[in-house]
Order: sequence, then C-alpha cells, then structure tokens
Amino acid sequence: MSECLTFEYQVSGDDFTRAGEASSDVKNKLKMMGVDSGVIRRVAIAMYEGEINMVIHADGGSIKVLVSDDNIRLILADTGPGIPDVEKAMQQGYSTAPEEVRSLGFGAGMGLPNMKKFSDNMQIDTEVGVGTTVTMDIHL
Amino acid sequence: MLIREIKTLLDAQILSGEQMLDQDVAEAFASDMMSDVLAFANPHCVLLTGLCNPQVIRTAEMLDVSCIVFVRGKPLDSEILNLARAKDMCVLHTEKGMYTTCGILYSSGL
Repeated sequence: MSECLTFEYQVSGDDFTRAGEASSDVKNKLKMMGVDSGVIRRVAIAMYEGEINMVIHADGGSIKVLVSDDNIRLILADTGPGIPDVEKAMQQGYSTAPEEVRSLGFGAGMGLPNMKKFSDNMQIDTEVGVGTTVTMDIHL
Repeated sequence: MLIREIKTLLDAQILSGEQMLDQDVAEAFASDMMSDVLAFANPHCVLLTGLCNPQVIRTAEMLDVSCIVFVRGKPLDSEILNLARAKDMCVLHTEKGMYTTCGILYSSGL
C-alpha cells in the first residue's frame, strides 16, 4: 500500500459562518501539492457539502483527508442523530433541514447527492442515535 | 465580457477586487441556493445572488468563482467583505433585482 498524507480537522457545530474553513484549507494544501485543479474542485465541493451537513444536522464532527498517489479519501464522522432512511436522503430535493438553514442558502436536498456526484465512490455508514460516517474517494 | 462591463451595465458598486475589473468572464450562474450553485454552476463563472452570508464566498471559493454580483441592494457586512478580500474575489453590488440583472447581462451577450 502506498504511503498516505493525512490531514485531520474538527468541525465546530455551533458556528455556521465558519463552516467551510476545513474544506478551504484542504483546497489550498492540494493546490500547493500540484494536484489537478478539476480534482481539487471535486474534493472541495464534496468535502464542503459534508462539512455543511455536519454543522446543520450533527453539531459538528471530524474530518480525515488521506492523500495517496492515486486517490484522495475523505472520511467525515459525526455523532449526530444518524440518517433513518439513507435511500430517501440520497434523493435530490429531499431535505430534513430546518427553514432557518434554507434561508442561509442550504438545505435544498442537494448535499448528499452532490457529494455522490463529485466523488468516484461514496459509502454511508449510519445508525440512528449513534452517528454517521461518510467515506468518499476521488481518484487522481 | 469584462467584469468592468458588468459593473457598468448593472450600475454596480465595486466593494472588493478592483484589480480584477479587466478580467474576462464567459458565463454567469444565478441562484440564492448555494447547494444548487455547487451542483450546477460551471467553474470560473460569475455568481449572481441575493443571498448575503459568508457561505456565498465559501461556495464561490470551492468552485473557483472569482466574481460575485450581489443583487437587490442588500447591505453586505464586513465579515463577508473581509472574507472576499482574503480570497482575492471581486465583489459587485447592484440595486437591481435578480430578474433584471439576468436580463441585462443575457441580452448583452453574457
């Protein structure tokens, strides 16, 4: 197995205005590493949506970014309420976000579909009352 | 279309990124929903929005959007503008509504 470069972040759940700082930092790091700009954009969008989801639904969480020679893996873990119906949550337009979040420009039911769209592979491990871990791979 | 032309057409104020006025842009995307912007906007477009919070700047950053036009004359707080300046983004501010803004830019060739 090739060597991995790892970045780790804690996402605070109580400050919506700061959501996206981790994704912004990863974007800058990948840029400095000379990663293709299209790949960086996909990583940034997928991670940003995940970060926003964590703030909206799960009171924050942690994000691990593993960069190897041929893949970037994003692991977003929270101890939030879990997703009762993953299939439904994956539908474009389905949202359980409160009205307040919609007025901030999110919660349109595009978060998880966007994460799937911009990654090559996405896995959701979730248990109601325990939390959710989303793992995404973006190939280099 | 140059950002300078967009500024003139929309009778807009420039609040950040004056050095970018001669940058050329090929298309625009208009939405108040940032998730839709992330899903459907092409990179490097001009973002037209009536939403005023720092996540607009973050969304633009993720998409490599370097020019944002805030419509409907809503006031922008310093947090938004400071973030835009830190990210080297051009911010225009127009009193015109979204429909009028889109119509003017579309009919002018953008």
